[in-house]
Amino acid sequence: MCDSCGCSQPDNSVTIRRAGQNVSGSANHHHAPHHHHDRPVQGRIVEVREAVLGKNDALAAHNREFFKNRRVVALNLVSSPGSGKTTILERTIRALLGEIPMAVIEGDQQTMLDAERIEATGAPVVQVNTGAGCHLDADMVHQALHQMEPAENSLLFIENVGNLVCPAMFDLGEAAKVVIISVTEGEDKPLKYPAMFDAASLCLINKIDLLPHVDFEVARCREYALRVNRRLEFFELSARTGEGMPGWLDWLRSRL
Amino acid sequence: MHEMSLAVSIVELVSGKARAAGATKVTAIELEVGKLSGLMPEALAFCFEAAARDTLAQGARLEIREVEGGGRCLACGHAFVLDSLLAQCPQCGGYAVETVQGRELQVVSLTIDEE
Repeated sequence: MCDSCGCSQPDNSVTIRRAGQNVSGSANHHHAPHHHHDRPVQGRIVEVREAVLGKNDALAAHNREFFKNRRVVALNLVSSPGSGKTTILERTIRALLGEIPMAVIEGDQQTMLDAERIEATGAPVVQVNTGAGCHLDADMVHQALHQMEPAENSLLFIENVGNLVCPAMFDLGEAAKVVIISVTEGEDKPLKYPAMFDAASLCLINKIDLLPHVDFEVARCREYALRVNRRLEFFELSARTGEGMPGWLDWLRSRL
Repeated sequence: MHEMSLAVSIVELVSGKARAAGATKVTAIELEVGKLSGLMPEALAFCFEAAARDTLAQGARLEIREVEGGGRCLACGHAFVLDSLLAQCPQCGGYAVETVQGRELQVVSLTIDEE
């Protein structure tokens, strides 16, 4: 079965493809054959003591090892839908193109729209469509890496499905989670969705060009986020106007 | 709704272990779920039923053992029960609290019918 949310779905509902590809590859989940034995029954307790996410964590460790060997810095971008993740990526790639090799894995339930936007910037991109799934998992990233091998000493941006809940639980093998909040959302998001802010290393506060028009207090948002995660770093920026981008770009340079 | 994903992971893990043990059926699954794991036991139980369909775990009883959250204040060292990731030390009022318990999410044991 596919790793999915909301309903059961057939294996081929997760598709992973390069921008421009119209033939979808299925997620290739393997099913071991089931053996059925029709013999007398007797209850027996089998000790297991294994983490439910153990398989995902093992695949994430495998991805992490791959990144380490190639000196690829992988960043998992997480946020609510509409916070501006893709716009931040477009602006970031255009600013660093020619300076740092970059690649993108785009996660959405449906469509190639984000992959097409990223492809237009000149960076290699693979789109993962999760179907009904509400998050990327380590296996999807692993399969995406088979479609597009990132260059050595490069940045890999993994844009997760827009969702502030589920992606917090699934390690993809990334070096860091970057959580994005836009000023059109409530400044209390860190209090409402603490797991994601707890799991992130960096917080980007986006759309600051709209601050004069909304009741969003940046200082309060920071304070709330720091209550959840005292190690969190911040950049305030506008991916639309470019204001505040240099700090984020320098942070990216410093990771390599 | 990551509970469905986790239910599927549980069924995969359990089916593998059950097959290896020569089970013909899994009748019960003992789970340890930390109160800070971000998982709703009711939602998990609901999803599990669907995820287990046509597997060795179909119809298995899910025994969920909840694990209390535990925190330790990094400022004053006070240890206390933690009911959210957003905790304030009841002794000194600080927010620098380390989570020491409550994120568990593991399959503890299975009860199987065997050949």
